[in-house]
Amino acid sequence: MAGMELLSDQGFRTDGRKPNELRRIRFKKGVFKQADGSAYLEQGNTKVLAAVYGPHEIRGSKGKALHDKLLINCQYSMATFSTQDRKRRPRGDRKSQEMTMHLKQTFNAVVLTELFPKVQLDIYVEVLQSDGGNYCASVNAATLALIDAGIPMKDYVIACSGSFVKDTPIVDINHLEESTAGAEIIVAVLPRFDQIVFIEMNSRLHEDHLSRVMDQVMNGCKDIFNILNQQVKDELCKKAAIDKLVDAG
Amino acid sequence: MLTNKIFIKKTRLGGVMKIVREHYLRDDISCGSMACVKNCQGLEREPLEESPDSDSSLLRKSHYIIPDTNVVLHQIDVLEDPSIKNVIILQTVLDEIRHRSAPVYKRVTEMISSSQKHFYTYCNEFNMNTYVERKPGESANDRNDRAIRKAVGWYSSHLKDAGVLVLLLTNDVENLKYALSKNLNAYTIYDYVKSLSNKTIVDRLANPLNQSISDKNKVLFAEHLGMAEIQKGIRSGKYLQGTILISRENYLEANVSIRDKDQMVFVQGLQNLNRAVNDDVVVIEILPESEWSCPSSMVLAEDEGKDEEDEENRGLNDSEKLIQNKVPRELRQPTGRVVGIVKRNWRQYCGILQPSILKERTRHLFIPAEKRIPKIRIETRQSDALASKRIIVAIDSWPRNSRYPLGHFVRCLGGVGDKDTENEVLLLEHDVPHSNFSEAVLSFLPKMPWTITEEDLKRRRDLRHLDICSVDPPGCTDIDDALHCRSLSNGNFEVGVHIADVSHFIRPGNALDQEAANRGTTVYLTDKRIDMVPDLLSSNLCSLRSGVNRFAFSVLWEMTPQADIISTDFTKSIIDSKASLTYAEAQLKIDDPNASDNLTKSLRGLNHLAKILKKKRLDNGALSLASTEVRFFVDSETNDPIDVQTKELRETNSMVEEFMLLANIAVAEKILKEFPDNALLRRHPSPPVSNFDPLIKAAASKGFKIDVSSGKGLADSLDKAVVPENPYFNTMLRIMTTRCMMQAVYFCSGMLQPMDYLHYGLATPIYTHFTSPIRRYSDIIAHRLLAVSIGADASYPELLEKTKIQSLCNNLNYRHKMAQYAGRASVNLHTHLFFKTRVQDEQGHVLFVRKNALQILIPKYGLEGTVFLNDEGQKTSSLFVYDEEMNTQTAGNVTIHVFDPVIVQLSIDRSNVQHMKLSLKLVKPEIPGFSVPSVKDTSTLSTQEPVGKSAQKKRKMM
Repeated sequence: MAGMELLSDQGFRTDGRKPNELRRIRFKKGVFKQADGSAYLEQGNTKVLAAVYGPHEIRGSKGKALHDKLLINCQYSMATFSTQDRKRRPRGDRKSQEMTMHLKQTFNAVVLTELFPKVQLDIYVEVLQSDGGNYCASVNAATLALIDAGIPMKDYVIACSGSFVKDTPIVDINHLEESTAGAEIIVAVLPRFDQIVFIEMNSRLHEDHLSRVMDQVMNGCKDIFNILNQQVKDELCKKAAIDKLVDAG
Repeated sequence: MLTNKIFIKKTRLGGVMKIVREHYLRDDISCGSMACVKNCQGLEREPLEESPDSDSSLLRKSHYIIPDTNVVLHQIDVLEDPSIKNVIILQTVLDEIRHRSAPVYKRVTEMISSSQKHFYTYCNEFNMNTYVERKPGESANDRNDRAIRKAVGWYSSHLKDAGVLVLLLTNDVENLKYALSKNLNAYTIYDYVKSLSNKTIVDRLANPLNQSISDKNKVLFAEHLGMAEIQKGIRSGKYLQGTILISRENYLEANVSIRDKDQMVFVQGLQNLNRAVNDDVVVIEILPESEWSCPSSMVLAEDEGKDEEDEENRGLNDSEKLIQNKVPRELRQPTGRVVGIVKRNWRQYCGILQPSILKERTRHLFIPAEKRIPKIRIETRQSDALASKRIIVAIDSWPRNSRYPLGHFVRCLGGVGDKDTENEVLLLEHDVPHSNFSEAVLSFLPKMPWTITEEDLKRRRDLRHLDICSVDPPGCTDIDDALHCRSLSNGNFEVGVHIADVSHFIRPGNALDQEAANRGTTVYLTDKRIDMVPDLLSSNLCSLRSGVNRFAFSVLWEMTPQADIISTDFTKSIIDSKASLTYAEAQLKIDDPNASDNLTKSLRGLNHLAKILKKKRLDNGALSLASTEVRFFVDSETNDPIDVQTKELRETNSMVEEFMLLANIAVAEKILKEFPDNALLRRHPSPPVSNFDPLIKAAASKGFKIDVSSGKGLADSLDKAVVPENPYFNTMLRIMTTRCMMQAVYFCSGMLQPMDYLHYGLATPIYTHFTSPIRRYSDIIAHRLLAVSIGADASYPELLEKTKIQSLCNNLNYRHKMAQYAGRASVNLHTHLFFKTRVQDEQGHVLFVRKNALQILIPKYGLEGTVFLNDEGQKTSSLFVYDEEMNTQTAGNVTIHVFDPVIVQLSIDRSNVQHMKLSLKLVKPEIPGFSVPSVKDTSTLSTQEPVGKSAQKKRKMM
């Protein structure tokens, strides 16, 4: 019996959440003046910074340019101080390369790329503190940064993770749950279209349970979307009100 | 759902790593009380009663109890008492218990899930009102104590308006002081329990540690080493770690099986054993070679007559005497002494109170039934009531100045010699889980009335039109198999074996499944059945009774009249059994020349095919072994046995058996093909040739040669060994052969080489258990595997993992063995009850001739007993001369050979209350000075004092 009990008999996870509850989400858009769009996002103890540059002309070899659509260039990296043990993480390591690829695919699916042929868009994501769900936080932060930059998109892209413990699906898993629970499912969706743009699963999960976990994770995505959307809207309204005042002189 | 979470960081420093974890505090955790007027939301039904009656003289108002960790940990027996209700277990306490003791944790969670106990777990760590942060410099324990007090304080104010008090039970002096200073109701558990009107519960209190320091400051034992020192010693090789196994014959001797090594170290004497109790994990130091010793051949039992004070004063002196160094050098074994204890493996022990001269005193000695456990000192005020009762006692501690461990009374089982009590004892001693099914388990039963849905019909083959019947022993209510046979138009037969579809009702992973997996098997005692699954399933929904629709897992064959299998088919089905027959009824139907209904035809067809199948099997080298099974005829009023008979075997028995074997083999082949790595199979290893030596020797004495080189050879030579004048000779040979065999075991196919899958006894390369899922868990797994392989059910991760299956097999093997032992012990018990009031002469045969004893088989009762030829206690030289070559015993002009018929007298030896024994005395052949006269000759024979030498008997059955 010893070891961590990820879900107690009373229905609480180790950090006091119920299985369907998310961690606290806080964010701020426009944290950098230099970048065209930027955002800082916290999901519990996972903290991510995203910056968007562009669309601008192709940097480096012109050969990379796509003649009919926008080229999205991503870069994912983790700060040396982001995890428990301090570790230098060179940009090009396999893990972050993979993550970069995933982010690129995800955003290629939502940004209206055909509007910007032959130019480039840079998305930089830096994980400042990591406590599980790095990909999810990166996607959510990058979405906010894109919104901040005013890049046309089909919809928000919202990512959320989930797992399966004691016959119960749990969402938005933290590092502890990630490392001790069996399977981890990561989904990125377009919340208003109910479309999945990205899905990844680590380790094995019985197929009978998959749909239950998926449903729960999709709900998690919707919850995240509502939180983000609410604040984005509020800020926009506030801004609009101020602008109106300015216009009115 | 996301509102009201206040965020607090929890840091934990371990090593040099700083771990930061989130900790959300909530305001939506219910207090769990029916009385609550503060509108706590969240629960369907609050477990704590509205106004519980107070039973305590300390506090007359209704109250809830909040125990602290140590109270739960040490006084779990008190909390388990039915009179203790309405207890709040704080999350802080539960977490601590989880880390410190798994068994206690399990017992606590069981109480929490029971609706009678009204226990509630309050998640105080997640509540914003009761969470406390560790202060700098505060120890974890102090913080937890503070958290508990805070929760108690919160509860007091929360329930103030509801008129219910809460009180903290703690044994910690500091904690108590702080609690009282904050105006909380707090008591020690001793004060509280003593204030209850129910006085028997006081005995269940564990000994408080501080009380154990007795007035005499005599230290009897050396101190145990600390953990750090132990680890250092083990690393440097100075000490060895292992499990201690006390000798069954002599409680002052033990062997320690060293971990990771194939070595046993001998430990002798109370002082060297240093308070180690059987099964503890200990650390030993090897003594210098000059002090090495060897096991003494003496059988040492603690004398019971002595008064307690005597023993107290006696201290350790006499046991010291044992260690005299007169042991010859060549006999010496590596000897050590216990220096520390890594882990106590104390459990609860059955036994009786030692009769004490002073009735009024409260301190008593308890004698465990298990001879390897020392006597335990307990405190009880009800010694009068407990005399001649079987009781259960738990050990609390063993301080250095006490000769015996200190313990406390747990519960009373009932009177010695009482059948229910003795049953309970044998279940406890064989570790058979026999408590009632918990509510969590029962919640997974199908809801009654249970109906078959359209969905079910769609997924199953409808076999209700077939003439299916079941054949079982009389009085059987858990029918797990049924059969049918019908002729097809092409002259072949369709044969079906239908097995109860238990896996339909028991879904993997739920509480019901876990309970069944733990129990492993149904245990059959002579007059009682300990079910593996709840009664609703075992004797109703799963049982293939006649006249009702039942779910089955069917194996269907098409066979030629020569019993060659043309095709095999597995399917989930619905059947409607036409008749539940007994073996005798089925036999009558087959034999009745006038009967020609479909059912009878079906039975005749089955019988015909079974005979051919059996012949094929035996030709293949399958062994037909003998063991005698007995049946007790029980008085319907007193439930005491009034007669014993060996069970009869009819043709129909072997008919059913034949088809069950066929089904098992067919299933084994199928699941192994689908799951080469994780099929649950059963194997019976071929025994090493040396095992057969006694058999060969015995047969040779009658001039027969036994070929043991192969199963086939053995079967053939057994068939040939027949002596016309002694019809029982062949049976005895077969019984002996059974003794030479290995145990058949379950295993997971991925763990062994295919050639080791062999089932020797049945002479089949592969075998499994499929046909009794109601009473064996192995069959449920086989069902699940088969269901997955025919696409009728989904698999689940544990089913596909070979290590999980293997560890399940290990448990099943253990439970199986224990169930067998318990069954035998039960037969033993009934034999004792049967002979309690009688002395009888019976015809028997000599099964083995030993150096100092004869083993006698009594066919009428199917029992086997020993006649000791020379009593160990008496120094008189034996009358008998043992001839090792010929395997005979000679006394005067009488020589006793193996297989000789004898007449023995049976009676009960009552010299030991805990272990009554059946004693055998020789009547015929008459040997002057040894044999006893027949019962008929001496009508005035007393049962208490035997006429001849007291012969002891230890019964052993296969």
